[in-house]
Order: sequence, then C-alpha cells, then structure tokens
Amino acid sequence: MYVEMKQINKTFDGFHASRDVSFGVEKGHLAALLGPSGSGKTTILRMIAGLDKPDSGDILIDGKRVNDVPGSKRGIGFVFQNYALFRYMTVADNIAFGLEVQKKSKAEIKSRVEELLELVSMEELGKRYPHQLSGGQKQRVAFARALAPNPQLLLLDEPFAAIDAKVRRELRTWLKEMIGQVKVTSIFVTHDQEEAVEVADTVIVTNQGRIEQVGTPEEVCRQPKTEFVREFIDSERFEAMAAVRGKQIRQ
Amino acid sequence: MEKEKQKTYEQDVIGDGVQSLQKVIAPHKEEGGRGVKYALIGISAAFLFVMLVLPLAVVISNAFRDGWMVFREAVMDEYTVKALQLTLLAAISAVTVNTIFGIFASYLLSKYYFRGRQVLASLIDIPFSISPVIAGLVFILTFGNVGWMGEFLKSHDIKIVFAVPGVVLATIFVTFPFVFRELFPVMNAQGKDEEEAAALMGAGGFRIFRRITLPHIKWALLYGIVLCSARAMGEFGAVSVISGHLRGKTNTLPLHVEILYNEFNTTAAFAVSSILVVLAVVILIIRSLIQQKGKER
Amino acid sequence: MEQQIVKVKNKRGVRVIPGFGLTMGVTLAMLGTLVLIPLASIFISASKLDFKEFVSVVTSRQVVSGYVVSLSGAFWAALVNGIFGTILAWVLVRYDFPGKRLMDGLIELPFALPTAVAGISLTYLYSDKGWIGALFARIGIKIAYTRIGIVIAMVFVGIPFVVRTIQPVLQKLDRQYEEAAMMLGAGRVYTFFRVVLPELFPALLAGFGLAFARGIGEYGSVVFIAGNIPYKTQIAPLLIMAKLEQYKYSDATAIALVLLLVSFLLMLVVNSVQIHMQRFSKG
Repeated sequence: MYVEMKQINKTFDGFHASRDVSFGVEKGHLAALLGPSGSGKTTILRMIAGLDKPDSGDILIDGKRVNDVPGSKRGIGFVFQNYALFRYMTVADNIAFGLEVQKKSKAEIKSRVEELLELVSMEELGKRYPHQLSGGQKQRVAFARALAPNPQLLLLDEPFAAIDAKVRRELRTWLKEMIGQVKVTSIFVTHDQEEAVEVADTVIVTNQGRIEQVGTPEEVCRQPKTEFVREFIDSERFEAMAAVRGKQIRQ
Repeated sequence: MEKEKQKTYEQDVIGDGVQSLQKVIAPHKEEGGRGVKYALIGISAAFLFVMLVLPLAVVISNAFRDGWMVFREAVMDEYTVKALQLTLLAAISAVTVNTIFGIFASYLLSKYYFRGRQVLASLIDIPFSISPVIAGLVFILTFGNVGWMGEFLKSHDIKIVFAVPGVVLATIFVTFPFVFRELFPVMNAQGKDEEEAAALMGAGGFRIFRRITLPHIKWALLYGIVLCSARAMGEFGAVSVISGHLRGKTNTLPLHVEILYNEFNTTAAFAVSSILVVLAVVILIIRSLIQQKGKER
Repeated sequence: MEQQIVKVKNKRGVRVIPGFGLTMGVTLAMLGTLVLIPLASIFISASKLDFKEFVSVVTSRQVVSGYVVSLSGAFWAALVNGIFGTILAWVLVRYDFPGKRLMDGLIELPFALPTAVAGISLTYLYSDKGWIGALFARIGIKIAYTRIGIVIAMVFVGIPFVVRTIQPVLQKLDRQYEEAAMMLGAGRVYTFFRVVLPELFPALLAGFGLAFARGIGEYGSVVFIAGNIPYKTQIAPLLIMAKLEQYKYSDATAIALVLLLVSFLLMLVVNSVQIHMQRFSKG
C-alpha cells in the first residue's frame, strides 16, 4: 500500500466528517473517493494533503506516518477544485513555481517546464495568463503544475467540477491516460459515479463520514456491500459503460 | 475552443432572452425616463457644485485677490515653509508606519482563520470612528504632564506633547486604518487558494507574498498610500490639540492656516490653503488614474 | 468606506500558509502601541475621576448644549447626505453622461481636502458677504455662525460616506428585480420605493451611521463656520479643546468619555446592521 489511512476520525464544530476511516491505495493506482456532497470525501483528501489534521488515527505515505509532517514535505502534488492557478503568472511561470521553490537551476527548470507543456499539449500557450485560458486548458495547467516537482502522490479535488459537461468526458479520458503515462499514484474526489467508475482502478465509496466500500469498479457495481452503495451506484449504467469500455480497450 | 462554444451558447440562449425582455420593457422605460434621468443628474451636479466646487473656487479666488505678490509672499513665508516641512515629515512617517501595518494586518485577517478576527477588525477601525480632538487628547493623557508616562518622560528629558513626536504620533493614530481598509477587501476577495497552493509546493512566506499576493493588491496598495498621505497632510483636530501651536516648530500647514485666519490675515490663509487644495486635487487625479489602471487588469 | 465584515470562509483546516505568527505579532504590536495603549489612557484617567464631579461636568449647561449642538447637527447633516447620497450613487451607477468620471472623483474631495481649509472656505462662502451667504442674507437668513452653518460643514465632510456605501450595493443589485416589477406593471416610482429601496436600506443606514459618527466628532471644518457662541453654536469637540486650553484635563476627559461612548454605540449599531444584512442576503 502506498497510501494508508488507519482509523481516522475528524470532527468540525460537532460535525462528524470522518468516522473510523480506513483504506489503502496501492502504488501506481488511480483511486476515486466517491460519495454525495457532505459525505466527507474532500476532508479525507485534505487530510492526506496536510490541509486538515485528523483528530485521531494514522496517515501513512510510503509506509511512513506523516500526521506531523507538513503538507509541503509530503511529496504530493495537489490539484485544487478551482485550480488556484496564480493569476499574475504566466502558464510557464505557474508550472515553474514549484521547481523555483526547490531552488532548481534555471536550465533544469526551463527543460522541465517545456517537457510538461508538451505533455499537456500546450507548447504554444506558455506565455499566456490563466484568464486567457479555457476551463479545460486551466485544468491541464493545474495538472502540469502539480506534476512539475515530480510528486510521488497526486491528489485532485473534484477535478472536473468546473468544466462543462461536453468537455468533461474528453478530459477525463485524457487525465486517465496522462496518469497512466506518468505512473504516479493518484487519488481524486468526485460525486459523479460515472466518472469514478470510468476513470479509477479503485473506487472508495464514502457516506456520512464512513467508508462504505473499497473495491474495483466492477466489485462496487456488481457486488455492492451495503444498501447505500447499491442505491448510489446505478449498475445498469455501469453495464452499459463497461461495454463501451470493452470496445475502447479492444480498439 | 471551449470558451468560444460557451460564448455562442450564451448568445443563443441567454442573449435572446435578455433582448426580448428588453423589448418588452424598453417602451416602458422611455416614457418619462429621460426626464427623470436628467433631473437626477441635474440635482446631483448642483449639489456637488454648491457643496464641493464652490468651496474650492473660494479658496483659489481669495488666494489671488490681492494679487500675485501677496500670494507669493504668503506662500514663501519662512513659517509657511517650516510648516510645510513638518507636514511632510508627519505625512511620510504616517504613511510608512500605516502601510507596514496595513499589509501585515490585512494579510493576517484575510489569509488565516483564528478566533477573534471580527474583534480585531473592529479594533483596527477605532481611530476612524472617534473624534480627532479625542485622538489628540489620548496622547496628552498618555505622554503629557498629567499622563501616566509623564513622570518617566520628564525624568529622561523626552518631550512628546507640544513637540514634533506628538504631532507625528497623532497623525499616525488618525490615519491608522487607511491602508488596511484599502487592502483588506481586495485580499479578502482574492481568497487564499493561490497562497495555499504555493505553500503546499513548499514556498516560504515572503516568496508567497511577493510573487502571489503583492501583484494582486498593488493598485489598492498604491491608492491606500495616496489616500493616507492626503489625510495625514490635512489632519487638523488631533494635531491642533497636541502641537501647542508653536510657530516654526510644531505648526503644520493646516494649523498655520488657522493661525493666519484667526489673525484676520485672510488672504494669506487662503494662499496657504491653495497649496493644500492643489495637493488634494492632484491626489484625486492620481486616485482616478489608479482606479482606471486597476479596472483594466 | 463601509464597515468591514470579516468573512469566515474556511473555519476548518491547518494554517498551511507560513507567516501566521509573524503577521499576528506585528499586527498586535503595532495596534497595541500606536492605538490601544494611548486609547486606554482615557479610561485610566476617567477611572480617577470623582463620580459626582464627572456628573456635574457632563450635565453642566454648556456641555449639554455642546452635545445637543453636535448630535443634532450631525443628525440633520446625515439625513441630508442620506437623501443626496442615494441620488448621487444612483446617478453614478445607473446613468452614463459626460463628466461622470469627474463627478465620481469629486465625491472623494472631502477625504482629500484638509478640514481646516474646508472650514475657512465654507465660512467665507456662507458668510453675509460670501457668494451664497449674501443671497440668503437678502431674505433674512443667516447661515454662517448659526446651527445651519454647522449642518452645512457636517454635510461637506459626510458626503463620501453615504455614496461610497451605497454604490457597491447598487452595482451588485440585480436589475432583474426591477425588470420583473416593471413587467408586472409597477411604475418607476413604485418600483424604486418597493423594490430598490428595501434592498439599499441596510447600506443606506450604515452610510447614515458613518456620516452621523463623523459629524459628531468633526472639528476642523465646523469650528470656523460655527462661530462658537456659548450655548448656541459650540460643538462638543470644541468644548474639549477649550478645557484643554485651560488645563482642565479631568473636565476634558469627562466630556470626551461621553462622546466616545456615543460613537462606539453608533458603530456597534452600524456593525450589527451590516452583519444582519450579510446574513439576510445569504439566506
């Protein structure tokens, strides 16, 4: 297990956001935290990132307990829900920022930025400012920026929430391919079952601060462990999707 | 690409709706609408003319009513120049101190959550809501002969009240929240996502401020500095209490105006005032330019 | 210049951004030494006052009349500013016309112009020989050296407060409300009073409160035009000044304390109105 959550509890002003949360994500896997809003999935992500502290329990990354390690030292890349791109920096400067902080040489930064711009197919747009980009382009920049310092773990908070429905599908296929290509362990938060099932290797279903089920998309759809999972995940749609997916794989 | 698609969608669906709505309302708006519009603009213009423009005109016309030579004499007078120097000293000190405070305080209140933020924000606003005369009084009650620090200062031969330090302190006090008030709304509206993202990448506090926060607030900062200088140069009540009106020593420009006026040296009073009027107008123009720049971004 | 309401956006979470201790330290140190400690002196001095003496000072005829002159003058000035400020804000937000930017810039003049300069200029303008004063003198109305003059000076300093509090609210106000009302057949005046004004009311009240508070404490622009006739046109800040000149520090402290409490109370009201307004607009 690359990331492990053990018996995590967290309350905010009497609101129980996490109750005995335990799960693991294997190295190189792409995991989805899936649940309705208010189910505690974002809290889990923020705790892994070091943006929130659990009241009790252990967070392990690569076998080490990181509860008391600040977020910036956990070797993670974080893609914020609204991307949080630096508005007054160009795309290239956004991507370079994390490397600058690590005091990399100028030549090194330059080549890494070029490499990443190429990876997200935005070679031509390095000099643009965030407000000159479309939603999809912003997301790609956020992704490149998070990957720039070579994180061991990539966390994405509702990565497709701010993008309109038409582009969303394209983008998530793209993201899955990208993550496969860079081979970085990733966890993303979503409330969209279709998204989770289509993109992730592992689906973690959350409800009212609890983990309902952890499993492959197939397991979660075909053998729901709880009533909630059965209701939340529409297995008919999954079957239809699985068919499409099978086609894609064959192609 | 995506953006364009969205735009055409908006034009197609939303745009049409708005246009058709406007068609329905348009005739309604026209009847009598024009009349009301020009009446209201007329009232506004007349009000501002009487309340703001005429007083300015009075200053300028009276400054020159006895001719250029009298004006020149009043403005070049030794005491006027000394007063101008003290005014600038007080203003520069106040702007420096309050800019440093404004940056730290607005950063604190917009980027961090802690208990008592609201209370702290209200405390910062205090100098704004109390009479300048009381602002002067508090320094007399602190550093004056009757003040609790009076004995100590006397034994160490430090003079604050009826001396330059008192004038400077009172000016700082009165203009204390100005830069903060310009910066805070802008920083608060910006949120803290960008700073958090940078912090997660391991950036230090100073780098985050310089690279991410500062570009965002630079126009507001500039405007706050300009406004703060204006207020600092014009402060009267607080300085009047604490200065002791020592000509050539603790007199600021506004106090000098008062003395001249009370000596029935009206022309000279207006001549000196005209310097301050020119400064005020320049500040308003700078403000207007800054606002324009800020909007362009 | 509206009161700032600190938004509690993210209650949860660790402080990820470095520098909390430093900014907190600098903020508290500066606020403490430059504002709070000096301000505390007035309460220290006040605590030494004899209660009987305190009461006799603040209830003396001269002081009471000073409070009345300051408060009533500030009230009427705030009322005038409330009306004209609303019109000005409306004109600046809703209409386009040549000279609009100039008009918008002028609003801030009372912030930029030293109060003493405004004071002598207004006095000259409204005296019997002044451009406007002479007109009114002909019909037997004296403005300078009367309470009317005081109100005019307080109007001058209060203009930006109302305009600048209402402007942003009016800008954000969704025109669809008005359009909906008009589509239902409501007339312009009816629409303004029933739809727009209730939306503006909290901001208007806040602006009124700020202008009111400013008027109560105002000294520089008022003191010249007031003429300072005992029991008639002496404002409260002037009385503090007069006591200080006579070295009667405890009397000055007593007068100031009451004035201070009045303005704190006023700010409290303005603040709670704004907090209420924010909750209201959220819900």
